[in-house]
Amino acid sequence: MDINQYMGMFLEESREHLQTLNRCVLDLEHDPSNLQLLDEIFRSAHTIKGMSATMGFTTIAELTHEMENILDLLRKSRLIANEDILNTLFKCIDTLEQLVEKVASNSDSEIDIKVLLNKITALAKGETAVSPPAAVPQGKPVSASTITFSDTEVNVLQAAQNQGMRAYEIQVSLRAGCLLKSARAYMVMNALEELGEVIKSIPATEELEKENFDHSFRVVAVTGAEPEKLEQTLLAISEIDKVIVLPCSLPVKVPITAVPSAAVKPAATEKAEEKDKQPTVNPAVPVEKKLKGGQSVRVDIDKLDTLLNLVGELVINKTRLEQIGLTHRLVDLVETIEQMDRVTTDLQAVVMKVRMVPVGQVFNRFPRMVRDLSRDLNKEVNLIIQGEETELDRTVIDEIGDPLVHLLRNAIDHGIESPQERQAKGKTAIGEIRLIARHEGNNVIIVVEDDGKGINPEIIKQKAVQKGLITQSEAEKMDAAEAVRLVFMAGFSTSDTVTDVSGRGVGMDAVKTKIESLGGMVDVETKINEGSKFKIRLPLTLAIIQALLVKVCEEIYAIPLGSIDSTINIKYEDIKTIQSQEVILLRGQIIPIVRLSNMLNVPEASEQAQEDLFVVIVHMGDQRAGIIVDTLIGQQEIVIKSLGKLLAGIKVIAGATILGNGQVALILDVGSLMQ
Amino acid sequence: MAEKTYSTNELQLVVFKLGKEEYGVSILQVQEIKRITDITRVPHTPDYIKGVMNLRGSVLPVIDLKKRLNLSALEYSDDTRIIIVKVNEITVGIIVDAVSEVLTINQESIEPPQTVAGGGITHYLSGVGKLDDRLLILLNLETIIGYSQETGK
Repeated sequence: MDINQYMGMFLEESREHLQTLNRCVLDLEHDPSNLQLLDEIFRSAHTIKGMSATMGFTTIAELTHEMENILDLLRKSRLIANEDILNTLFKCIDTLEQLVEKVASNSDSEIDIKVLLNKITALAKGETAVSPPAAVPQGKPVSASTITFSDTEVNVLQAAQNQGMRAYEIQVSLRAGCLLKSARAYMVMNALEELGEVIKSIPATEELEKENFDHSFRVVAVTGAEPEKLEQTLLAISEIDKVIVLPCSLPVKVPITAVPSAAVKPAATEKAEEKDKQPTVNPAVPVEKKLKGGQSVRVDIDKLDTLLNLVGELVINKTRLEQIGLTHRLVDLVETIEQMDRVTTDLQAVVMKVRMVPVGQVFNRFPRMVRDLSRDLNKEVNLIIQGEETELDRTVIDEIGDPLVHLLRNAIDHGIESPQERQAKGKTAIGEIRLIARHEGNNVIIVVEDDGKGINPEIIKQKAVQKGLITQSEAEKMDAAEAVRLVFMAGFSTSDTVTDVSGRGVGMDAVKTKIESLGGMVDVETKINEGSKFKIRLPLTLAIIQALLVKVCEEIYAIPLGSIDSTINIKYEDIKTIQSQEVILLRGQIIPIVRLSNMLNVPEASEQAQEDLFVVIVHMGDQRAGIIVDTLIGQQEIVIKSLGKLLAGIKVIAGATILGNGQVALILDVGSLMQ
Repeated sequence: MAEKTYSTNELQLVVFKLGKEEYGVSILQVQEIKRITDITRVPHTPDYIKGVMNLRGSVLPVIDLKKRLNLSALEYSDDTRIIIVKVNEITVGIIVDAVSEVLTINQESIEPPQTVAGGGITHYLSGVGKLDDRLLILLNLETIIGYSQETGK
């Protein structure tokens, strides 16, 4: 088998499971006895183990195997999840992450897991020390008596017995190292179906299909065949290690069912001894988390781009057909096209939506980071995440992680005070950081908010003056909000001591640059001793922007709306010159003028002195400029396309887009226009 | 060039016209042939770059081959075509006066360019093919597109 072709899938799935592990272990920290969490952790670890063993990454398999041992003890309540164990689990997850990344980068460096393995074994051995007196013997090897049946199952069993068939409980063990467990289980089921009828299996069939079982499972079947026959048939299936066939005694009275949450059954028939069994059945009740899996397909982003292109082309061809229908007055055609129009519009919307990914993908890794960081800094922080289902374009998602890490680190390091300090201020000892995502029009807003000490504008001013970023007189003129925004300036840091967390003065500046390069904005609000709030505004997608289409002679250009302040109408004589640079005066501000026709060397640009001129006021940072155009066509959503390698690096042009009529229009690079 | 390694020792060419002369490019480099469409001028580019066109949703540069080869320009007509070629992972369109046919030529009947053409444009040519009494000028698309991997421009 060529393993490489599964490599991508292995890496992606492993990373996903590691995320799940991280999340669940974190939750477990708050709720150590939650069996459901343990089950989920176990499942993820188990999947990683299976995958890595198949791929031949023995170290990963070995480590997860040992993890499973501990998890199993936890699950059976023989061990209690104390801090030591949780930390070891975290360490395991970290090491697994390293191992997986090592596989990804194809590096040969060895990661030593011996220490960790020893630690785990020690923990596992220490079970007797912490284990509660063995009062609950539920972990006993399987025996026929633990199977409970629902009413319908009992009915089927009875009916079968009346027909002279007998019920058997069959315990099937797969060979260790069996790779296709679900396939084997399926073959067992098939074989049994041929001989009789399968009443139920433990775990349930769906779980068997998902390989959510160890190496053995149990099946209850009714059949007319002899037990020996059953055993032989099943053993004939490859990779089956052991088959035990036990006669299954039919419960005389209807026992309490084990159907999860299926309301309360009539308690009248409840026998005293069965009451004892209740607690062993109960933990399986809520199944809320199950829904998360969903059905999905992994698709290469390039394929989606191609799809988007093709849909765009379809729209353009539709427009052409429309034209034909209109010019030749073909009513039938026009009607058909109208319907097609609706379909293509929907299609386009769907394709755009397919590219969207929930921000949860990025947010997922933060709880762990916040936990570790707050521990290192001896602070107590509670991270609250909201709106993780908010969707953003894939391209934005990939870029947004680092800036958010910066903001969160800052919030913990500079924002949240130490527990003593907080209590002295009359706050709760545990600080709170909120990470909130939500839609707002065509934007996504991400807020990082802490209830820490806030930012003192006076200190910021002082620091900025000290570092020579602003002058004393500038500082005096600034209001509080402006002063606080100084934190985004390059080379600024308030922290007196440089920690390895923050304080080097590159953080916020980098955040701002990154966000702006994504076409977004970042702002800050703060109140001393109440906290700070960083608000990031991002476009839904990088591939599609709002733009103003303008005309210069016969050529159409697009100006990104994000860099446009306003459009104004001026008279020719409003243009003044300062040292032969054309300028206009707008609300007391001198704004240099760019004549697009000159800048772009538009041929046949007639030098006719128009009376009324359209000026688009654009800005880049604090600079402003007015661009003179011939006509304003209107605002439109455009899909950004690259000009390709051959034409890369052309000044003034940022890219191209395709208009509704199939024509290509160029997108202006406002930044270079102003230089 | 890659096509020379063919065991059959034969070369399939797309033959097109520029003015009265006949030119050929290897069919392996040709993706498709289109009628002339809307081409958007791109400022601050060499004059032989006619602009960019829309090919099923992708934006492609278009080269006016006659300008590139310093031939006298001719008005576009109904016969004018854009040949979409792909060289070194770059896809471009080249404008030609007319596309006439696809034909097969033997490697042996190709002369190196120095023997037939002097002057500045030899490096745009990869040879001249003789077929009966016709002469086919074979183009070196890499130099024509003017983008080589080494220089990056």
